Amino acid sequence: MPLSLEEVRRIAELARIGISDAEAAAVQAQLNDIFELIGRMQRVDTEGVEPMSHGQDLKLRLREDFVTERDQRERFQSVAPKVEQGLYLVPKVIE
Amino acid sequence: MLNASLKELSAALAQKKISSAELTKLFLDRTSRLNRALNAFITVEAEKSLAQAHAADELIAKGEAKALTGIPVAHKDIFVTKGWRTTCGSKMLSNFVSPYDAYVIERFNDAGAVILGKTNMDEFAMGSSSETSFYGPVKNPWNQERVPGGSSGGSTAAIAARMAPAATGTDTGGSIRQPAALSGVSGLKPTYGLVSRYGMIAFASSLDQGGPIAKSAEDLALLLNVMAGFDGRDSTSVERASEDYRRDLDRPLAGLRVGVPKEHFGQGLASDVGKAIEAALAQLDKLGAKRVSISLPNSGLSVPAYYVIAPAEASANLSRFDGVRYGHRAKEYRDLADMYFRTRAEGFGAEVRRRILIGTYVLSHGYYDAYYLKAQKIRRLIADDFVAAFKQCDVIAGPTAPTAAFKIGAKAADPVQMYLNDIYTIPANLAGLPAMSIPCGFGKDDLPVGLHIVGNYFSEAKMLNLAHQYQKATDWHKREPAGIRP
Amino acid sequence: MKWEIVIGLETHAQLSTASKMFSGASTAFGAAPNTQASAVDIALPGVLPVANRGAVERAIRFGLAIGGEKVINRRSVFARKNYFYPDLPKGYQISQYELPIVKGGEIRILTKSGEKAIRLTRAHLEEDTGKSLHEAFRDSSGIDLNRAGVPLLEIVSEPDMRSAEEAVAYARALHFLVVEEIEICDGNMQEGSFRCDANVSVRRPGGPLGTRAEIKNLNSFRFLERAIEFDAKRQIEILEDGGKIVQETRLYDSDRDETRSMRTKEEAHDYRYFPDPDLPPLVVTEEWIERIKQSMPESLRAQRDKIVELGLSIQQANQLTGSRNTSTFALPLLVDAPPKERPILANWILGPLSAKLNEENLDIKDSKVKPDLLRALSKRVSDGTVSNSSAMVEILPAMWNGEGSPDEIIEKRGLKQLSDAGAIEKIVDQVLAANPKQVEDYRAGKEKAFNSLVGQAMKATQGKANPGQVNEILKRKLAG
Repeated sequence: MPLSLEEVRRIAELARIGISDAEAAAVQAQLNDIFELIGRMQRVDTEGVEPMSHGQDLKLRLREDFVTERDQRERFQSVAPKVEQGLYLVPKVIE
Repeated sequence: MLNASLKELSAALAQKKISSAELTKLFLDRTSRLNRALNAFITVEAEKSLAQAHAADELIAKGEAKALTGIPVAHKDIFVTKGWRTTCGSKMLSNFVSPYDAYVIERFNDAGAVILGKTNMDEFAMGSSSETSFYGPVKNPWNQERVPGGSSGGSTAAIAARMAPAATGTDTGGSIRQPAALSGVSGLKPTYGLVSRYGMIAFASSLDQGGPIAKSAEDLALLLNVMAGFDGRDSTSVERASEDYRRDLDRPLAGLRVGVPKEHFGQGLASDVGKAIEAALAQLDKLGAKRVSISLPNSGLSVPAYYVIAPAEASANLSRFDGVRYGHRAKEYRDLADMYFRTRAEGFGAEVRRRILIGTYVLSHGYYDAYYLKAQKIRRLIADDFVAAFKQCDVIAGPTAPTAAFKIGAKAADPVQMYLNDIYTIPANLAGLPAMSIPCGFGKDDLPVGLHIVGNYFSEAKMLNLAHQYQKATDWHKREPAGIRP
Repeated sequence: MKWEIVIGLETHAQLSTASKMFSGASTAFGAAPNTQASAVDIALPGVLPVANRGAVERAIRFGLAIGGEKVINRRSVFARKNYFYPDLPKGYQISQYELPIVKGGEIRILTKSGEKAIRLTRAHLEEDTGKSLHEAFRDSSGIDLNRAGVPLLEIVSEPDMRSAEEAVAYARALHFLVVEEIEICDGNMQEGSFRCDANVSVRRPGGPLGTRAEIKNLNSFRFLERAIEFDAKRQIEILEDGGKIVQETRLYDSDRDETRSMRTKEEAHDYRYFPDPDLPPLVVTEEWIERIKQSMPESLRAQRDKIVELGLSIQQANQLTGSRNTSTFALPLLVDAPPKERPILANWILGPLSAKLNEENLDIKDSKVKPDLLRALSKRVSDGTVSNSSAMVEILPAMWNGEGSPDEIIEKRGLKQLSDAGAIEKIVDQVLAANPKQVEDYRAGKEKAFNSLVGQAMKATQGKANPGQVNEILKRKLAG
């Protein structure tokens, strides 16, 4: 099922990627080619197959509950676009 | 020195035939001469490298040298490196100086290696040609009109052009092996979980794996000794006893069962590549290996499944690049939403944006089962194919890529054609298996061809044994590109 | 009844670990902004999460308390919940979705019509987000990521409550459980350690469930009650006017005592949950559950029953087990004391000691009078060295002020009771001689006069006489 232009815009919105109308149309064509390739999966019956979501069948390893980190704010914020009084600044969020 | 193995370099350093500073300078000079043409490095900082080299020389003088003390290593710009700009090939991180070291960088630092620079790559490792980098495409040293493969094309080109004796790469769907094949060098993707992903900028977390790139299997074994190991900061790092991956290098191949998957020799494989692979298999026969025909019936589905799973994981992994805490932020914006949209549209290139959109779509409401869950089930089928195959053979061999290096720009406009480049390499990532590529001849236009070797979980030593024995009997890995135009 | 209110609660309990859910940064409240935000918490490129055993253990404790072993999933999965917000550094929150660590269970509450079980749907582990500060700057919001990554247990109830009162009873019972019974959360609602969201709908009794509104930002039991009452009324008014309820998220505004729609959330959410590839499945073994079970504190209900068996009233037992710390203080003390000292000790803890603690805003675990001192004092009352009243009025406050052991204080202040019968008799004789009128009144049947004589005698001994003894001697003399 081909993606509509509307769907391309909706996913760009979800992914927070600005997209012009011209780009959306170009991307739509490429995505449809790719989804045609992806669509080959549907030919196979996977009834009852256990999905594999990790690179290996491992169990989660747990960390003991100790504080191991120290304050590195200055270092971390030295690469931040906008900082004041130790806070990361963004355009005002209106609730 | 430019063609010496790591073992020879270590010996030369130990015998004071050359100092680390001289050796580092040798490669830095070659890099500064060739990089404009090849664009293999994004960042070179000679002063930093030489400072490390001097420190290494002091250790050598005191007799405290370790495995790689004084040897320069080029790192793919996906490994965050303290004090070094780490871009991941993206505009998004063009100003990002990492406040910490990746595990892999730590390990090389601990082993005494010198950081030679950060190599070019497809943006966020998304690509098979090293053309999607914000810093321009990498050129193939064998033919500068051709791509070196990708995404670790900067590292493989650097090795091929003798700009570095050793390098690191990462492999999500073939990003070490395919460029190794196209650039005529050796590269290994270890078993998933063997090399910690801590500090390796994530593309698709369940597939990503770091590994070494070098001229020979013997060098790879030495480098893997340094890179492999348990790391508590990566929940997918495997806890197991450390190994010496050189231990089986000299074992004869007699009786080793080499599985040849019939699915990897069908339509789509270029005849010149097929011929080189057939010759390599014949060479293995001669060395006493036993050829077994095997089947990987679902391997044809690996590309479709991969292009669901990898973009899905990537779409979430790349959400952190929002211009709030580090990296690129758009200069002008109306409000918060606009800041996000502009920052991410400007900071990411076309291929990265495309993959984020694919990933967002396959996870979105109503499509999850049809795409993401389906792909995970196919992933299981593909992994099971290997389980069955390894009952019949010890290693699997075949072509790394369907064609030799293609022309720059040839596939840039057609993502699907580009994606099909990784058709033979992707299955190992989906299954989490170790796999490598070694040079095995030349095809049309004197372009290198790579032999793909896939092993069972944690059988890196066995694969390296096969590769080393092959390289003892052949000299493909010693060939070097002639006439690189500076 | 024309309308029935249907309420389900989603509660976020902050787990009382030292470090965060997926990083080794501290969870301590009130640090300077971003000083407790590690590389993992600010989502630097390349960092990876590693789960905290302490948080998982607390979730298992919770499961054991609300349903036993059967509600604990032996395999659960962390998933990524994707959305963009500046206080969510990774652009996704690590949570549990399809397979939570706890599934099912119940909380019992007391209602007007008796005990009622509120069923739980699930409880899952997740990480908290950071905080956006909107007031500090004119055109900007400031982001503090100290809270980002703090471990939370999200506890989801079935829509089993039928009034604001029941919802509050449930929230209180849950709060008591996690804070006092199993000690997995500090429960501080001002600091956001225990937050409730309410799903409220109304329907005709017996009819299908109505459309619900999700009310957020309920950081006190009173706000919870007020918000539900307000919103149920709002919904009923809409329906009675022939309108329709919109499914939406609403914010409770405590200043105006009303709920209002959160317009910024109007965009349809599509969280694109999928298993986090960085975190393999969480596997809980039988041995681990058994170990946690062994380490769980005895339930306060069981401790209350023990106190009743020790001979104290049910009211006193309830009060003494009203918090884990009170029970921890009182129970061993009471078990250790001989029966006749137990009521004395219970009275002291609930009376003067509790008053002192309130006065100085201290928790009983930080009491300046420790159990062993209290016990030493009760011994001196029971052996007649001092009176109960001087113990309460004088010795206990002195011990609180650090003046030493009961014996030292008794000695220093000369508080030893006068027990010499001859001396008391002499004093009684003097009192009788000095108060002929009271003697006459008493003999004429006025009981009050007797109390006055006792008072006079006590006064004459400066309170040191044993009041029982004074009583006895007076009675004998007056009868004679």
